[in-house]
Amino acid sequence: MAHILVVYEIRENKIKKTSLEATGLAVRLSRELGGTVSALLMGSQVNHLTSLPGEYGAQKVYLLQHPDLEKHSPDVAARLIAEIARDISATHILMGASAMGKDVMPRVAFHLNSPLAQDVITLEVQNGKVFYTRPIIAGKLLAQISLQGEYQLATIRPNVFPAEKNPRTPEIISLNKTIPTPRVQVQQTTAAEVGKLDVTEAEIIVSGGRGMQGPENWYLIEKLAKVLGAAIGASRAVVDARWREHGEQVGQTGKTVSPKLYIACGISGAIQHQAGMASSKYIVAINKDPEAPIFKLADYGVVGDVFEILPKLTEEIQKLRNQ
Amino acid sequence: MNIAVCIKEVPDTETRPRIHENGKELQTEGIKWIVNPYDEFAIELGLQLTEKQGGEVTIISFGPKEIEPTIRSALAMGAQKAIRIDGARTINDPLLVAKNLTNVLKNRNFDLILFGKQTIDDDNAQIAQLVAEALNLPCAAVVVKLELEDKWAVAEREIEGGKEIVKFAIPAVISCQKGLNEPRYRSLKGIMAAKKVVIEEVPAIAEPEKVQVEKLSYPPQKAAGRIVGNGAEAVPELVRLLKEEAKVI
Repeated sequence: MAHILVVYEIRENKIKKTSLEATGLAVRLSRELGGTVSALLMGSQVNHLTSLPGEYGAQKVYLLQHPDLEKHSPDVAARLIAEIARDISATHILMGASAMGKDVMPRVAFHLNSPLAQDVITLEVQNGKVFYTRPIIAGKLLAQISLQGEYQLATIRPNVFPAEKNPRTPEIISLNKTIPTPRVQVQQTTAAEVGKLDVTEAEIIVSGGRGMQGPENWYLIEKLAKVLGAAIGASRAVVDARWREHGEQVGQTGKTVSPKLYIACGISGAIQHQAGMASSKYIVAINKDPEAPIFKLADYGVVGDVFEILPKLTEEIQKLRNQ
Repeated sequence: MNIAVCIKEVPDTETRPRIHENGKELQTEGIKWIVNPYDEFAIELGLQLTEKQGGEVTIISFGPKEIEPTIRSALAMGAQKAIRIDGARTINDPLLVAKNLTNVLKNRNFDLILFGKQTIDDDNAQIAQLVAEALNLPCAAVVVKLELEDKWAVAEREIEGGKEIVKFAIPAVISCQKGLNEPRYRSLKGIMAAKKVVIEEVPAIAEPEKVQVEKLSYPPQKAAGRIVGNGAEAVPELVRLLKEEAKVI
């Protein structure tokens, strides 16, 4: 019998969407393997957060609330998760492949001496064996792997699995643990800008390249992003030219994104950039060069001047929103 | 300061990877091999620290003899020593690679053990954390800024939509992200000096891997898209398609 433990990520007192996606996947996995789903919430104020895990399918919600957990420590989190996984006889442990998940779960893997599939995009069960598929070489290839260990750990790429409701009334279990001394501890978190959406979390991304001609023209991208509620991305060329911050870079040495819509403005589409955004559901390319490689990847292309097209696109979408 | 930088030899980013006929491995013929780009930020960090405070940088890498030119490329940036763990080119289990690195790193009194945040071939982003936990050391991952004072460090980590400031004691493990520094070019002097370094060879610990690659595949090819039109006049049609056909807005 499988016992799938979903480790929740809580930031600023809110449960991250990726944790709900992981819960939905855990529910699917529990049906295919036969088993149950538990959620683990740790922090200084988690006791009031039990309704969402139940709504998304957790049969048990484990709560570890302690004032010493106010400031996140990845090594503390990992040791606690490993201990709890053993206590409850978990068989599989899932977490979102966010910055926190990708940092905490390898440490859990060490403590449980068990393998971790990092950044999983599909999962299949055949004859009781789980197959995890993850992108490698920045998504230029997909690797289907299986894990042999006492536990199987996986982080799942945000925005890929649906967050599906499977409402239940979970059993709530409050845990009592001694919190280990942190080795690394967060002192503070600074937001890039209030409300700025990260490319890895966005459903829609508007991204700019050298074709934008200069950093002073980014207001065109920002306006379009605003009407779409989109995050802003950048090609490596403009990050290297210091027009934009590295946190926005999409590509093999930047971030890999899977939005439902990626709008590439003045981006030629080098293979390294493609590696970062090719798994977008829909791609729009706007470029004045009809031979730009990006057009081979795009679902919809518009050939022309970004300075004419972007304002028009912003205007048309605003009209749509106003209807 | 005694600093270790763990590096990996990976395919160049221009590579269009092909799958071997066995369906489970990369075809390595004709690949141009490079130092993992993220590892260069780690090497640069090590060099900057030892230039300021004295000490030396040791490059450590796991792989067969064929990776030695890449180790020398790392040395050519200015590192003084190197160790190669004589292992297979492809190990799919990060736990096993980490075990081997830990075996070499322990008992050598490194003040800092540096990694790139991930390799651009496996994209696992696990080794730094696995090694740190094995050595009972703090680990700050995906670091874009670092300040050291005595036995303490304060680092900025990149997270979604912002940064996390973390504090930890030295000795420690750090994985480096782009933006931390600008890796220097190899000088001719560095290249020549690198040729003279004796690369210490250590046997690998072999163990069954806990990760099996069942198969590799190419990502689904998108169906060919189309050019909707030219210039601003094409925009209304584009918006209509996005709304009615793609249904994404």
